[in-house]
Amino acid sequence: MTNAIDFTVVDGIVARHGAEPSNVIAILQDIQAQYRYLPREIFPYLARKLQMSAAKIYSVATFYENFSLEPKGKYVIKICDGTACHVRKSVPILEKMRESLGLSAGKLTTDDMMFTVETVSCLGACGLAPACTVNDKVYPSMTPEKAEELLARLREEGAVC
Amino acid sequence: MLKTREDLTSLRQALEGRFAAQVKKVLVCAGTGCVAGGSLDIYARLIELLREKGVNCQVDLAHEPHGEEVGVKRSGCHGFCEMGPLVRVEPQGWLYTKVKIDDCEEIVEKTVLGGEPIQRLCYKINGEIYMTQEEIPFYKKQTRTVLEHCGHIDATSIQEYLAIGGYKALEKALFEMEGQQIVEEIQRSNLRGRGGGGFPTGRKWEQARRQPAQPKYIVCNGDEGDPGAFMDRSVMEGDPHRLLEGIMIAGAAVGASQGYIYVRAEYPMAVSRLTEAIQQAREIGILGQNILGSSFDFDIHISRGAGAFVCGEGSALTASIEGRRGMPRVKPPRTVEKGLFEKPTVLNNVETLANVPQIILRGADWYRSIGPENSPGAKAFALTGNIQNTGLIEVPMGTTLREIIFDIGGGMRDGAEFKAVQIGGPSGGCLTKEHLDLPLDFDSLQKVGAMIGSGGLVVMDDKTCMVEVARFFMNFTQNESCGKCVPCREGTKRMLEILERIVAGQGQPGDIDLLLELAETISATALCGLGKTAAQPVVSTIRYFRDEYEAHVNEKRCPTHNCQKLKRYYIDAQECKGCSKCARNCPVGAISGEVRSPFVIDQEKCIKCGACIDGCSFHAVKEG
Amino acid sequence: MSAFMMVDNIPVEIAGEENILAVIRKAGVELPTFCYYSELSVYGACRMCMVEDRRGNIQAACSTPPREGMEIFTNTPRLRKYRRNVLELLLASHCRDCTTCEKSGKCKLQQLAHQFGIHNIRFGQLSDEHQRDESSLCISRDSAKCILCGDCVRMCEEIQGVGAIDFVGRGSRMKVAPAFHEPIANSSCVGCGQCAAVCPTGAIVVKNDVERMWAELADPKTKCVVQIAPAVRVGISREMGLGTGENAMGKVTAALRRLGFDEVYDTTTGADLTVLEEANELAGRLASGQKLPLLTSCCPAWVQFVEKNYPQLLPHVSTCRSPMEMFGAVLKEQLKTSTRRIVSVAIMPCTAKKFEVARPEFKRNGVSDVDYAITTQELISMIRQAGIVFEELEPESVDMPFGVSTGAGVIFGVTGGVTEAVIRRLSDDKSTGALRAIAFNGVRGMESVKETQVEIGGKTVRIAIVSGLANARPLMDKLAQGQCDYDFIEVMACPGGCVSGAGQPFAAKAEKAKRGQGLYQADRMSPIKRSEENYAVTALYDSVLKGRVHELLHVEYVNE
Repeated sequence: MTNAIDFTVVDGIVARHGAEPSNVIAILQDIQAQYRYLPREIFPYLARKLQMSAAKIYSVATFYENFSLEPKGKYVIKICDGTACHVRKSVPILEKMRESLGLSAGKLTTDDMMFTVETVSCLGACGLAPACTVNDKVYPSMTPEKAEELLARLREEGAVC
Repeated sequence: MLKTREDLTSLRQALEGRFAAQVKKVLVCAGTGCVAGGSLDIYARLIELLREKGVNCQVDLAHEPHGEEVGVKRSGCHGFCEMGPLVRVEPQGWLYTKVKIDDCEEIVEKTVLGGEPIQRLCYKINGEIYMTQEEIPFYKKQTRTVLEHCGHIDATSIQEYLAIGGYKALEKALFEMEGQQIVEEIQRSNLRGRGGGGFPTGRKWEQARRQPAQPKYIVCNGDEGDPGAFMDRSVMEGDPHRLLEGIMIAGAAVGASQGYIYVRAEYPMAVSRLTEAIQQAREIGILGQNILGSSFDFDIHISRGAGAFVCGEGSALTASIEGRRGMPRVKPPRTVEKGLFEKPTVLNNVETLANVPQIILRGADWYRSIGPENSPGAKAFALTGNIQNTGLIEVPMGTTLREIIFDIGGGMRDGAEFKAVQIGGPSGGCLTKEHLDLPLDFDSLQKVGAMIGSGGLVVMDDKTCMVEVARFFMNFTQNESCGKCVPCREGTKRMLEILERIVAGQGQPGDIDLLLELAETISATALCGLGKTAAQPVVSTIRYFRDEYEAHVNEKRCPTHNCQKLKRYYIDAQECKGCSKCARNCPVGAISGEVRSPFVIDQEKCIKCGACIDGCSFHAVKEG
Repeated sequence: MSAFMMVDNIPVEIAGEENILAVIRKAGVELPTFCYYSELSVYGACRMCMVEDRRGNIQAACSTPPREGMEIFTNTPRLRKYRRNVLELLLASHCRDCTTCEKSGKCKLQQLAHQFGIHNIRFGQLSDEHQRDESSLCISRDSAKCILCGDCVRMCEEIQGVGAIDFVGRGSRMKVAPAFHEPIANSSCVGCGQCAAVCPTGAIVVKNDVERMWAELADPKTKCVVQIAPAVRVGISREMGLGTGENAMGKVTAALRRLGFDEVYDTTTGADLTVLEEANELAGRLASGQKLPLLTSCCPAWVQFVEKNYPQLLPHVSTCRSPMEMFGAVLKEQLKTSTRRIVSVAIMPCTAKKFEVARPEFKRNGVSDVDYAITTQELISMIRQAGIVFEELEPESVDMPFGVSTGAGVIFGVTGGVTEAVIRRLSDDKSTGALRAIAFNGVRGMESVKETQVEIGGKTVRIAIVSGLANARPLMDKLAQGQCDYDFIEVMACPGGCVSGAGQPFAAKAEKAKRGQGLYQADRMSPIKRSEENYAVTALYDSVLKGRVHELLHVEYVNE
């Protein structure tokens, strides 16, 4: 994956939402959808386009949990740690995933940029607790064993594409 | 494009006819829960199989049904998520549970074409088989108003919504009522905000209506962040047009022509269903300018949240729509005076607005006939935790906890004993056995120091450690604190610090009182509602389970054996064969002994990692 | 009928106050606050100003509007407990090395902790590691001392329109920082220092050159000459026990001699040079119609603001050096035959001057024309270290040959002063009546944006006077689009001009206005009102400046 920023893409996103400071969150969301994180180069660029300070954009980006300033893996796994999932033992699933991928609370993404494992406050899939998502697809009633299987499947799939 | 009210009436008549003519229907639940279980594949497979058999199947009401046609629909969440994926078969009303893709063939052959039920797919409990959805205890005691369409019509089709009378309330509001009358009707209904506080909706509308400034905005709060709550998600996904209709009526009532729906980032399906619904409404002219020939203009935008629980707070939510950090601001001015873009704004939660169309259509008296005088209507609850039937329910306000947990919820999971239920998420409190017969409504709950919140009910059994539950909620709140005001930012951090040391066996004398003192300071002085309620879970668990706290602090003991650091491992000398495996597994050298005689664990050195217990082939290592 | 409310059982009139905090202060109760400044938007985050009503409701006074019949209490047992808890929580996450902190003695947190008797903290200390950002020549930042009151952020954004710093992250991980935690010097910061002026703790402080200054003074091989900016003489007074806004020029001069400075001068001399040069430049541009409007260049923070935000508009900025730099160049020229190394020092109300003195544009042959810019507060600190009892000093006058000063030069220290001085120079009517007409033509007053017009040589000159950089933005945005309704725009970065400079002792709005009045009084007392009548200055054109006006008095800021 190349990390070069295509500013025409950014221009398109800005044009779609309108170059107003009030649209900065939607613009950042679309940029993140494109690159899976917010590349540093876009901050001064957006600051000029939207007529707001780079510090302000950075301030907004760091307030919201969904924005990432670090590149993320191909598969972003979010393990729900909402109440219902917590009560039904989501922590061992998280631990299993981290252990299996050599990740931790401080290291969220594997070196091969294949997996990112993070927690999410509540997916609202409480009826399926404990749940996790992979790139927004929900996997219900997880167990540490199922987590292993899921990783194995994704590894295979990831190696193909 | 519908240009007049008559256009809509004739379109609706046509659709009603088609809807009624479509006798055979298969409704596949397309709520997040069932989709996760593969329901969309089931939906596709059913269509494929029916087409293979040469049966006409129709997913929408685009044309007049003819002959042996079968309607295949993606419905909103049925609520019985535990049993998903769910498939409802009409006209019989049978509900199939835990359907797998391999069951599709049989469903088509036997049920759709043959009219025979498949018993093994029906819900069973206590040896009884329930064929129809309505008979199942989970549904029997419910009163579905806001969720009435979920599971019964296609969630993605404006035609189906129109066919069952959708947008009739909007018609009535636009052509038979003045704005003031709409406000009065809502006031008379005594509809109270479903997002937590229970503020009278009509009063809010009245205040916004009186504001001279223009433009005004209707903002729908779909930032359902309480862990353990998904009522609003189900409405947005399952009956999106109902929400749009409610927003538009609010707009007509207060004189607004712009609506915003702020949807949590974690709800991508809600975003796509709402986007699609708005598009459909624009296409036929339900949204736009001079709607149905009236002087009313209205359009609705969707703002996606970006991951901040605090944005459920009104001023933080509007800040977020404005592209700013979601930090609550001081009030006054109130949102009705200066809300979104500093303009008069009505901010209501999803469920509140979804109640509006039926109130307008059937009248305030109908609404007040449900539930108690001061908290009328029905309320949706998300029932989760250690309970048999997790899922989404709707019951009249004032229903008791006992009815919800034992009749609808089917009692505790794995025969465990009920201990407590956390209501209202991280801002709420816990209710215990003594509250089982308490009617759930705004005022009764407030009296016992809890709140209905958005309606999450997390049921906990006797194996749950309440100190750990309090720690969990404080961890959540502390993590979600916006950081603006000192009491919430610093106070929750310190409360968490204390709770963490308590569950780790490092509790100090005076910790419980210090927690209560901090809680009092935070509740009295925090800037926003979330801060003011942040300490609630701790206060209420201390109130009802102080002995558990004391056991942790004074005796370094977790009565429910939940807290890892407070576990005590010992070796049963009777069963130990003296193989020395545990001593070799122990990472800190806490186990010693002579081979072939019982080993012992040095409690001082033990780090409670559990390596010994996992490795022992003779089950001689015990936990106590 | 006027409205009343009850504050601690005492009726207090409500006279248009926006919040009950102002009413309470009027009643003589000093409610503690960290995040409230009347000039900034209400933030309501520190919760120290909470009050209780009769029903026991607690609300923050800063954000509660007064209502007729309201009854509030400011000092109840609950309030005391909560305030103490808030202070204790803040201190628990705060660096507690008070004695070595730059802000010690002036820190609000320290002061309130003392006032409320916080002697024991029941929580573990969790302050940040010291992460000092020393990249700026004007200010130092240390997040270990930040209490996140947001005063600096709002000042930088709302009043200065700079937005160099903002909140980063959220909750207990929140910090105040530039984008990507970059060093502040790489940000859009212009060094105005107003963030430091409002910071209640030592999290942002003005850079301190006192130690280096002592070393220079003690060095026998140096000759230390010093100039005193107009705003310093009125800014120093209250802190040193004199009347607020009182002109203490004579005592400052005496103090500087006592500290060991060899020659003491007045920056008004430089200001007179600036008036002459800038008036010339304006007349020239008016005649040619080129590069209008002319933007003033006295304020180094403003110049940097243009460089960083509107580089394409730099040609509009006057080529005149600031008064300090003009005078600095003249002094170094005058003294170049000295056998000792000349150390040229400027006592300034300003933090951005520390950046200005280091600019390469003001170096000739590798030597800066001014070596040190020392703030009023640093001067105070030196006076105190030396044990000089300021109040008791006998006033002295500055040294010759620059002992002559004008009223035009002294009013440079307040917003509108430069404009007024330039108009005096250009106006054809040299009568006393004309002076008054100019003064009441809309140039005076602490308002942030003023407009006026004058007739010069039969032409109407349209003038805008702006202070607080945020107010300059709309004008500059328009100018960038080729629209402008003015011929001359004076901009001072700090609200109210140099009297409000971040190098001055902290002052509320009213005190800053008094400092301005002090300068106008000095003008009235001055026998010479117009810069062109300062013979000590005009004589320079026949001596050091002969043939070197451009080199010594002008500068070209290059658009990098």
